[in-house]
Amino acid sequence: MDLVSLLKLNNPFGDDKRHAACAIFGMMNVSGELMPGEQVFAAMNNMHERGNGLGAGFAVYGLYPHMRDYYALHVMFTDVRGKTAAEELLRKSFVLEGSEPIPTRKTPGISAEPLLWRYFLAPLDTSLGEDGEQDLLMDMVLRLNTEVPDTFVFSCGKNMGVFKGVGYPDQIAHFYRLEDYSGYIWTAHSRFPTNSHAWWGGAHPFCLVDWSVVHNGEISSYGTNRAFLETLGYRCTLFTDTEVMAYAVDLLMRRQKMTPELFAKVVAPPFWEEIDAMAEPERTLHTALRVTYAGLLMNGPFAVVIANGEQMIALTDRIRLRPLTVAVRGDIFYVSSEEAAIRFVCPGVDAVWTPKGGVPVVGRLGLIPKPEHASDNVGVCVTACGGYRDAAQS
Amino acid sequence: MCTTGLFAEIDALGLSYSELNQRVRIAVESGARRLVLRNVAGQRYIGTNLYGCADRQGLSGLLLEIHGTPGNDLGAFLDGPTIVVYGNAMDGTGNTMTSGRIVIHGRAGDITGLSARGGEIFVRDSVGYRTGVHMKQYQGNRPVIVIGGTSQDFLGEYMAGGIIILLGLHLKANEPHACNRLCSGMHGGAVFVRGTLRHGSLGHGVSVQPLNADDRQLVAVYVSRYAELFGADADSIMNASFTKLVPATGRPYKQLYAY
Repeated sequence: MDLVSLLKLNNPFGDDKRHAACAIFGMMNVSGELMPGEQVFAAMNNMHERGNGLGAGFAVYGLYPHMRDYYALHVMFTDVRGKTAAEELLRKSFVLEGSEPIPTRKTPGISAEPLLWRYFLAPLDTSLGEDGEQDLLMDMVLRLNTEVPDTFVFSCGKNMGVFKGVGYPDQIAHFYRLEDYSGYIWTAHSRFPTNSHAWWGGAHPFCLVDWSVVHNGEISSYGTNRAFLETLGYRCTLFTDTEVMAYAVDLLMRRQKMTPELFAKVVAPPFWEEIDAMAEPERTLHTALRVTYAGLLMNGPFAVVIANGEQMIALTDRIRLRPLTVAVRGDIFYVSSEEAAIRFVCPGVDAVWTPKGGVPVVGRLGLIPKPEHASDNVGVCVTACGGYRDAAQS
Repeated sequence: MCTTGLFAEIDALGLSYSELNQRVRIAVESGARRLVLRNVAGQRYIGTNLYGCADRQGLSGLLLEIHGTPGNDLGAFLDGPTIVVYGNAMDGTGNTMTSGRIVIHGRAGDITGLSARGGEIFVRDSVGYRTGVHMKQYQGNRPVIVIGGTSQDFLGEYMAGGIIILLGLHLKANEPHACNRLCSGMHGGAVFVRGTLRHGSLGHGVSVQPLNADDRQLVAVYVSRYAELFGADADSIMNASFTKLVPATGRPYKQLYAY
């Protein structure tokens, strides 16, 4: 019996073909209260078929409250020699207050895992100020990733961290024992790589000094964006288009302190004909942004969830060629590729809506986002789904 | 799953889309003509591929009631059945449907009714991007989408046939519809808009016209169906100004290819 007829036996309707895309998800408690990740895991599992097991990851904020004053560094070593060399380089600029393996456990489906280590760092030079310290850390991470063999820093920031690898989200969560952690922001990704190969470092989230990015889609302007960023000292080494988004976040929001709203006008700006129709001073502002940051316009379909310790941002390309739904419930702000995943873990949302392309929806500590239109409120609809707790028990 | 005569109820909790759709087909094959699906949470392709599970008459009399949030491509290639969703629908509802009816007691996401070739979609609230993209019609087959609220951008993009009726029922007095780039690349069909559009919100090559008597009669038929389905007052909905959007030319991009 050949394979085709075996498939027919299992599924006489012959619809086993897998259709996939990436899945992204985020949840933030704007009161800052820490939440376990169970809703995030359940939501990602609900979108299982969007990924294909070639990458998944989570970013968690509020992760290391007992070490909140130190920079947490999560590092992958493909060889233990990298570890020795990396620590030697780190000690030139930082005190290593903590150094330990990231706890993991054997997980079916997870293989070829690198050596995973975390450090808690304080700069040797205590006179740098916050900006100076962050730049020092950024330089160190770029050097470790490009100059030290067998070493890849996949997360750096205070009171936060990224956990990622090659696998499905449920496997990665199990592998890293994520049920042991809590955070007030969780973002998550499940990957379906299209243009680049799958490797542990290429899974999302991408993280640079507190800021993390998860991305669904394709940044067609990668070459232009990369050329622009490299003139400013960024080195693109990750074999994936998402890195330019991560570097643009670092440049515009961390270093140049742009608001998410301004950042969106750079990477997903209005069309020229819309700018021409604007009144002053908006027209001058938009023109200046497009001219100054022409090389950071991100073309192509994308939906992203970006976070740092203060906020979580949902954004799509300007004509929304990738799906993104946001919802609020009390103090909790949800973002998801699919509405069903939100409702699965939170049947009674206060409001749910799909944001306009190029317009960021931002949850900040102390500030829950508001729906765009009265019709986005969902008071009237819904027989709620049974919820993930029931599913987990059955 | 419990199937009693013509009625079946399926609990979708924890089922993959493949498992759920298989149960739906088995129920229809067993003679069920009213199916209630509970705890639906993102399962795709519900109502698709029912050909052969019943004869034409059986499929046309089939009612699928969905509680929860159905996944993408709800009722894709639908040919005959009626699907009623008590909740919101996600993306691609009625993808390339041929006949039948989809009723959403809530909102619907992006590309609702994409490439539809016939049948009816009624959305109580608003819709996302690119609703009705590349709908078409042929002889007696003419797809219809009725939207109670407003729409996000690119409504009727590349539309080649069929009808979209946008009612704007929740809009405040003089509040324009949210949609930009309406009917970009449209080359067939018609969009009827109740209420006002923002200045500059039309795509290129769209002609704005008043409704003639035939148009009003046509719109009134679907408005009364909408009102019946969702408990609204058809007369007061019709007692407002409507605009008709049609392509200025049947071949908007001929310059691109012929010269």
